[in-house]
Amino acid sequence: MADNPNPNIDELEAAPAPEATPVKKKGIKRRIFLAGSALLVGGGVFGLYWADNSARTRARALTTGEGEHNFLSWMKIAEDDTVTLFSPHIDFGQGSHTALGQMLADELDADWAKLKVEQAPSDVAFSNTALVQKFLGEMTGYPGLISALPAAVMGMLTRSQKIQITGGSSAVRFTGQGGMRVIGAAVRLALIEEAADRLGVPASELTTADSKVTHAPSGRSLRYGELAAGAAERSLERDPVLKSRKDYKLIGKPVTRLDIPAKVDGSAVYGIDFTLPDMRVATIAAAPVRGGKLESVDEAPAMAVPGVEKVVKLDDAVIVVAKGYWQATKGLAALSPKFSDGGNGAMSTPAIFAAQDKLREAGKPDNTAGEGDVPAAFKAAGDKVITADFRVPFLHHAMMEPFALTAHFKDGKLTMWGGLQDPIGARDRAAKAVGMDMEDVIFNPMIMGGGFGRRFPGVTEIIDQAAKLAKEVPYPVKLVWSREEEVRHGAYRPQSSARLSATLDDKGRIAAWQNDYVQSDNAEGEVGFIYNVPATSRRHFAYTSNQIDGPWRSVNSTQHGFYNESFIDELAHAAGEDPYQFRRKHLPDGSRHQKVLDEVAKRSGWGTPLPAGTGRGIAIVESFGTIVAEVIEATVKEDGTPKVLKAWAVVDCGTTVNPLNAEAQIAGGIIMSLSATIGEAITLDQGAVVQSNFGDYPILKLADAPPVIDVHFIESDATMGGIGEPGVPPASAALANALFAATGKRIRTLPLLQQAKA
Amino acid sequence: MRGKATTEKEMRVAIGFTVNGKDVSVSAEPDTPLLWVLREDLALTGTKFGCGVAACGACSVHVDGQLTRSCSVPVSEIAGKAVTTIEGLKGEDGTLHKVQQAWIEAQVPQCGYCQSGQIMAAVALIERTGSPSDAQIDEAMTNICRCGTYPRIRTAILAATGKAAAAVQGEA
Repeated sequence: MADNPNPNIDELEAAPAPEATPVKKKGIKRRIFLAGSALLVGGGVFGLYWADNSARTRARALTTGEGEHNFLSWMKIAEDDTVTLFSPHIDFGQGSHTALGQMLADELDADWAKLKVEQAPSDVAFSNTALVQKFLGEMTGYPGLISALPAAVMGMLTRSQKIQITGGSSAVRFTGQGGMRVIGAAVRLALIEEAADRLGVPASELTTADSKVTHAPSGRSLRYGELAAGAAERSLERDPVLKSRKDYKLIGKPVTRLDIPAKVDGSAVYGIDFTLPDMRVATIAAAPVRGGKLESVDEAPAMAVPGVEKVVKLDDAVIVVAKGYWQATKGLAALSPKFSDGGNGAMSTPAIFAAQDKLREAGKPDNTAGEGDVPAAFKAAGDKVITADFRVPFLHHAMMEPFALTAHFKDGKLTMWGGLQDPIGARDRAAKAVGMDMEDVIFNPMIMGGGFGRRFPGVTEIIDQAAKLAKEVPYPVKLVWSREEEVRHGAYRPQSSARLSATLDDKGRIAAWQNDYVQSDNAEGEVGFIYNVPATSRRHFAYTSNQIDGPWRSVNSTQHGFYNESFIDELAHAAGEDPYQFRRKHLPDGSRHQKVLDEVAKRSGWGTPLPAGTGRGIAIVESFGTIVAEVIEATVKEDGTPKVLKAWAVVDCGTTVNPLNAEAQIAGGIIMSLSATIGEAITLDQGAVVQSNFGDYPILKLADAPPVIDVHFIESDATMGGIGEPGVPPASAALANALFAATGKRIRTLPLLQQAKA
Repeated sequence: MRGKATTEKEMRVAIGFTVNGKDVSVSAEPDTPLLWVLREDLALTGTKFGCGVAACGACSVHVDGQLTRSCSVPVSEIAGKAVTTIEGLKGEDGTLHKVQQAWIEAQVPQCGYCQSGQIMAAVALIERTGSPSDAQIDEAMTNICRCGTYPRIRTAILAATGKAAAAVQGEA
C-alpha cells in the first residue's frame, strides 16, 4: 500500500476493515477498484478513455463545440471558464448531479458559479464504467438489484460496458468517488502543468482556486479557460492525488441543488412533456393478467372517436393513436379487447401466500447461509423456541410521472425520448424489440418524475411497446400510460413471507436465530445480519409469481428490515428487556452500529415518559453500505388507523457530499416507507391486479407524515455508503414496534391499515 | 366509415378564456379536460398529469382564483374564466412569487414532478388564509408527493408567511 498514489481514496475505501463491521458478507471486498493502482496514464477505469481514442473522439464530437475543450470524455472547459460535467446518472430527485458536480469542482478547484452539470448522451462513450466495474468486482454485493435486472445485467456481462445505470444508491459513492473526483484532480494537474510551461515556473510554485492557476511569487495568474486548449492535449507524467477531508471546499457542504429552480416555475421538461411537430399521442391497455395475450379486438368503436387515427395491436396489448391524449383515452375506452390469461387465471394474493407456506413447509431451501448449529440449539431449547410469521404485499412504485416514451422511426433509425434509469440499456432493449441494430437506435434521456427502481429497462415494457408502435406509424408518437395502466402493470416489490425463529439463553441473549424466507431472490449478501448471535441460519426458498419482480427503493432490504427488526423487538420483550438495550448488547462494543443506535436513542429521548396510547419503536438496518437507525413515535387514531407523530434518523454513510440533500433523501425514504407500511398493497385476484389508481392504492399525504424528521449524520472516514435508499428499511419495523409499544398488539402482516381494521 | 373531418368539425367548439392574463381561444371537444388543453394545445407543460381522477393534485391550477384539479374539469366549463398556471406565478418582471422563492430556499423539490401542483395549492392556501396554521396546512395540502418532500413543503409554506417550522426535539 506504500505505493498507493491516492492515500485519501484508500483511506476512504479501506477504513471499515479494522473496525470489524459486524455485517456478515462473505467474500465482499469494499475497496474501490482503483485504489492502489495507477489511475489514468497506467490504466485504471477512466484511463480507458484516456487511452481509448475512439471513445474520446466520439465523446468530443457529441458534446464539445467551438471554444470548448473536452477532458477524459466526462467534462469540458470552455474558454469563458465554464466547466461542464456530463453525468452518466440521471437525476430524478436524488440530487446526484449536484453532488457529482461538487466532487468534480472541489478536486478541480473550479469556480462553482461557473459549473454546469448536463446529462451525458446515451452513448457507449459515456457508459458509467465505474459502476459497472464496481458491480463486477463485487458481484455478490447486490444480488437483489442485479437479479432484478436480468436483461441489463446479462448485457453488462456480455457487452461489458454498454450500461448507464442509475440505481443501487451508487452515483456518488462509485461514480463520484471513483470517477468525478479523480477526473477533477487529473484535469487540475494538467492545467497546472500547462501553466507551468506557459509561465516558465516550476509546477510546485503554482496554486489553484476559483478556476485560476496562480503563481504567487510573481503575482501572475492564468484562467482555466485560457489554459484549457493546451491542457487538453497533455498526457500526465504523474498520478493525481486527491484532497484530504480538511481541504474540501465543496464536498460535505450544503450546496443548493442545481436542478431546483426549473422545478418551481414549471420550466423543467420531463419525458411526458416532450413534443415534436406532427407528433401523435397514444395510450395503451395491456392484458389485465400478466402473461396473457391479445386474442381479438374490434377497432371500429375507437376509430369512430374524433381525433383517433389508428389502433395498433401488439401481442399482449392494444394501443390507440390519436391527435391528443384525451382522444386516445376515449378511443381506448371505446374498445372491448379480449385477452387470454396465459394460464395465470388462478393466481391470487391468498394463493401466493399459500404456495409460499407450502414451499417453506417442504423444507428444501434453494440457498442457505449462516453459522453455528441452529438445529442443535433449537432442539436443546425444546418448546422455548419463539416463532413468528411475517407477510408483506406487492408494492407499487407510484412514481408521480406516469410512463411516457416518444419514439420516431425514420430512414432506418429509431429515435426515442424519455426518462429511464439506464439509457444505454433502453437502446439495447428497443433494438431487440424490433430486430434492429443498437447502433440504429438513439435514446435521448429526459428528466424523470420519480423512478424508485421502476424505470430500469429490464423491467420496463414500454420500451418494447413504443419501439413497435413507432414502426407502425409514419410520424413521431408519444406513448403515455394512464395511471390505471401504471398501477396494474407494475414491476412490484415482490409479495414475500418469512418465518423467523429464535431461542434465548439463560442470560437473555439470543442463542440461535433462523430466517426461512420465501421470495424470488436470494437476499444473502445484499441484506446483512448485523447482530452477534452464535448460531444463525438464513434459508431462501425461491418463489416467483406471474408478476415482474422489480427493484423497489432499497430492494430486498425493505422486507428483511421489517422481518429482522420486528422479530428482534419481539425477542427483547420475550427477554423482558428494553428494545434499544437488547439490540445494543448484541452489537459489538464500540462498533459503528452501536454508535448509530446510541445516537438515535439519545436524540429521540428514548426511555422518557410518553402519554398513554403513544409508543416509541426503534430499528437499525444497514443497506447499500450505510447504517441507519430510526425511532418512530406513533399512536392509533380513533378509527383504529396508525398515526406517526415524530421520527428520528441517525445515519452513518461515511461522508456526506451534500448534507442538505442527504437529509432530504433520508427523510423522503422514511416517508415512502411509512406510506407503504401503513397503507400500500397490490393484490391479485384471478390473476389480475385489483387496484387501479390512488383511490385504492393510497399514498401517505402531508397530514399523515411526521411534520419534522430529525436526521443526523455521523461523519467518518469509513467507506462512503449510499443515501437514496438506506433511509427506507428501518421505518417499517420502527413503526410496527412503536404501535406494539402503544397498544400491545404486534403486527406481522403489512400493510398496517388492513391489520388495524381487521 | 364516415368522413372523420366532418365528425370532428361537429364535435369541436371554440372556447375562449384567459390563461396567465392572456386571452386564448381553443378549438376542442367540450369534454376535454382543461389539463390536456393546457398541455397539448397551449404548450403549458408545467401543469402535470398524475392520475386523471383528481386524486393526486399534480394538475392543480387556479380558475378565477379557486384551486382546481384541471384533469377533472371539462374545458367547456372554463369559458370566460381566468386560469393561472405555474408559468403565470412569476411577476411581469420575471421575479418569482414569494412561494416559489420559499420553495427554493427550503430546497423542497426532489424529482419535482408534483411540485407545480404543490406550489399552486400553497399559493391558494396563503391567499385564502393569509398565514396558515399547521392544522390548516394539514387540511389544505392534500397533493401527493412520492419523494416525501412533505416536511420541507410545510417549512416553505411557513417561511413564505414569515414563520419558522417547529423543530422536533433532539436538536441538541
